[in-house]
Amino acid sequence: MLSVTEHKEIEFSSALIKQFDEIVTRYPQGKQKSALLPVLHLVQAEYGWVSPEAMDKVASYLQIKPIEVYEVATFYTMFFLRPQGKYVLEVCRTGPCCLVGAEKIMDHIEKTLGVKEGEITADGKFSWRGVECLAACGMAPVLQIGPDYTFYEHLTNESVDKLIETLKNKI
Amino acid sequence: MARKLLLENINVPGIHTFDVYRQNGGYRSVEKALKTMTPDAVVEEVKTSGLRGRGGAGFPTGMKWSFLAKPEGRERYLVCNADESEPGTFKDRFLMTHIPHLLIEGMIVASFALGAKTSYIYVRGEMMPQIRILERAIAEAKNAGFLGKNILGLGYDLELYVQPGGGAYICGEETALIESLEGKRGNPRIKPPFPAISGVWACPTVVNNVETIAAVVPIINDGGEEYAKIGNGRSTGTKLISASGNLKKPGVYEIELGVPVEEFIYSDEYCGGIANGKRLKAVVAGGSSVPILPANLILNTINGQPRLMSYESLSDGGFQSGSMLGSGGFIAFDEDQCIVRNTWNFSRFYHHESCGQCSPCREGTGWMEKVLHRLEYGHGKMSDIDLLVDVSKKIEGNTICPLGDAAAWPVASAIRHFRDEFEWHVNEPKEAVARNYGLAKYADPLPKLEEVVSS
Amino acid sequence: MSEKVKVTIDGITVEVEPGTSILNAARQIGGDIVPPAMCYYSKLEGSGGKCRTCLVKVSKGSEKDPRPMPKLVASCRTGVMDGMEVQNITSPEVIEARKGVVEILLINHPLDCPICDQAGECHLQDLSFEHGVGNSRYEFDRRTFEKIDIGEKIQLHMTRCILCYRCVYVANQITDNRMHGILGRGDASEISTYIEKAIENDFSGNVIDVCPVGALTDKTFRFKNRVWFTKPVDAHRDCPTCKGKVTLWYKGDEVLRVTGRKDQFGEVEDFICNTCRFETKNTSSWIIEGPRHIAQTSVISSNHYEFVPLPVIKENQVLIEANKIEFERATKI
Repeated sequence: MLSVTEHKEIEFSSALIKQFDEIVTRYPQGKQKSALLPVLHLVQAEYGWVSPEAMDKVASYLQIKPIEVYEVATFYTMFFLRPQGKYVLEVCRTGPCCLVGAEKIMDHIEKTLGVKEGEITADGKFSWRGVECLAACGMAPVLQIGPDYTFYEHLTNESVDKLIETLKNKI
Repeated sequence: MARKLLLENINVPGIHTFDVYRQNGGYRSVEKALKTMTPDAVVEEVKTSGLRGRGGAGFPTGMKWSFLAKPEGRERYLVCNADESEPGTFKDRFLMTHIPHLLIEGMIVASFALGAKTSYIYVRGEMMPQIRILERAIAEAKNAGFLGKNILGLGYDLELYVQPGGGAYICGEETALIESLEGKRGNPRIKPPFPAISGVWACPTVVNNVETIAAVVPIINDGGEEYAKIGNGRSTGTKLISASGNLKKPGVYEIELGVPVEEFIYSDEYCGGIANGKRLKAVVAGGSSVPILPANLILNTINGQPRLMSYESLSDGGFQSGSMLGSGGFIAFDEDQCIVRNTWNFSRFYHHESCGQCSPCREGTGWMEKVLHRLEYGHGKMSDIDLLVDVSKKIEGNTICPLGDAAAWPVASAIRHFRDEFEWHVNEPKEAVARNYGLAKYADPLPKLEEVVSS
Repeated sequence: MSEKVKVTIDGITVEVEPGTSILNAARQIGGDIVPPAMCYYSKLEGSGGKCRTCLVKVSKGSEKDPRPMPKLVASCRTGVMDGMEVQNITSPEVIEARKGVVEILLINHPLDCPICDQAGECHLQDLSFEHGVGNSRYEFDRRTFEKIDIGEKIQLHMTRCILCYRCVYVANQITDNRMHGILGRGDASEISTYIEKAIENDFSGNVIDVCPVGALTDKTFRFKNRVWFTKPVDAHRDCPTCKGKVTLWYKGDEVLRVTGRKDQFGEVEDFICNTCRFETKNTSSWIIEGPRHIAQTSVISSNHYEFVPLPVIKENQVLIEANKIEFERATKI
């Protein structure tokens, strides 16, 4: 698994904690563990990934064991356990998308960005990966970009180029 | 034009806002139920409607509701399953994006019927935009007095929350969804106990699909009997079909159950035929897990009857020559598609999505994927084909949850109906990598039944 | 006390308490008709249902509702009903399904039995021998994992793990601070602490005893000897932490290892503390009770440390004679 040599303490901002506090009120008393998934999403939106330090912090906030957080974070595929590019292009690679060219779109992205699936571009801006069905088969091929999970439909090589260009120029 | 119950107002500008939705007759069912009906009467109405779960299993909703245990002094919960992830299915995304208040209206009525004071909509995490849409809509509804304390001054309290998933197909299984809602790994529970007795936080719980909940609205507005008049036999009402693949007009269509499959594929009211002037090779009619059928068997049953879009007709012929309506994920394959490649693709999906809790699914799905990969890439052996069938049988029915079956059926059915194509991949590996098998005889008219019987 | 219910398993009827599982009802009957269990552990709440080796066929649901159950069910997690009829070894369907489960459990197992400390008392080994087929149809590389160190006393071999979850239940239910769990998903699931660290608390060693395979073994016994060359002896001591009832495993007069006392189903009678298990390996610390009985089917009992003639021999004059010679030879050595 993970060998961590350096363990840096982190502090969640008060704005983040405030959002956690609201989420916890959605569940009955003592069932705050239910907040784990929404809280991890917020952490990832803030830091770009869920680091072991952040998970330990989440555990202590929710008063659960750290291992309970690790178990969950490693189960769900949306949580990045390592740092990623600023924009992670997640392309649907499941059947219906492949019927209309998703595999070619992935090849094109690989060529355009010059990095393999899971790798980060030198400028730290992009990484990409194939993901399983995004439930948008009628708009295939599709990709999404977190943390807002904006959706891009009916992809073509040209529309992908345009998207990458726009993101490159975004500060 | 066929009758629309859920998507009637889908094209009204601004229908995603509370005001426009309300002006178009929205939230009438909440008023009707809370003012004039008892919770039990709502349950009865749903029973009368014959509504069956729209998530895939097709279990009668009214019956599911009546199973809910009601122990004194214990909370009960309604959880909406919006973890839409079955390849080929995107109707719930469509509904939540464009007409979110329909779901919220249905949630209020259903929660009232079940006596739930807090309800959750569990949305798959990737649908963050839909989560925001729903949260906004909930705030609007609350503002208008349809949610929160003392709804419409009628003494009923309900809080409604949206819960995001984290990226796991398995959470569409209701007990895995409950585990996930509790902040755990999405491992399906071993049943019994069923959620109706012990669900979220060990309280009695009903889990219903988005479309099922939405269908409660017209059922209460027009009455269960009216709803039951629509459709065909035990397939009552309308169904959202997610049409994808090589179709001229992929998208979400609301159909009256019982529309002929041929009409659905080829008429301009629906999919408008196969894209790019190609011919139809195969269809997966109800989401990736249901058996794939060649063109001739999807258009007609083995008895030569036109096949209809209904629970019964799609499953006519059992697994020998039929399929299932499932979640209504209708995927069409044109003549250029490779069935082996698609079977491998689906197999990779189930391998990726297996939770890993029980051994046949955890190990078997990976095994099938590897064998299919080998076949697709020209390294297969003839014995691989029977091996796949055998491994699929070792998984099917022997797992904790239906994901095992869902992984086994596409493989078994693809080999059952497209064995020639699999064998061709073994016999002509070089060619199989370079080109596709093509349409072959898969769209040929079925032999007359007498010929089948005599041979 | 509530009224007992009648259940028939492979034609043998037994009366059990309501709420008993089919598996436990079968254990009350005993013998061949007891389904194998790789993940269920009666002393661990919530265990079972996962490995699918205990699948049985319910051919009659109950007296009230005689319909058969549509699928095979996990006998460890299915409760008996009055009048229920169950088929285990009498059902070809069950035998076939079990064979499938065994094959599937083995496809990614390293089969490194020659160097595995669990060999000889491994439940997967027994299961494969009794219910498996001789060959595998799996032709791909077996799964591997990055090795992690979980401390000085316990050795984790993830490649051997069958994900029964027992060790997780142990950590949850008898220790106060679970540090390991199941991480990842599907066939990439693994037992891990995520961030490498030692699993330390007074009862952590029990994960070794509950592990059905060689995934969690005793580092203090590692490569010391094959289990079938050691002789199990029950012993106890006054322990401030646990009941102190253990089995000592001797080679000559040296205690090579200490474990809980395992019954015929491989379950410990009492969980023991780490002091008894890892730190107390001199005979003088223990009060010896006598040889531990090990099932005759086990390779461990083949070295006749118990000095009891096999029961079948009692009725056969020729064998009694032969056994006498064997007995004398064994005691002389």
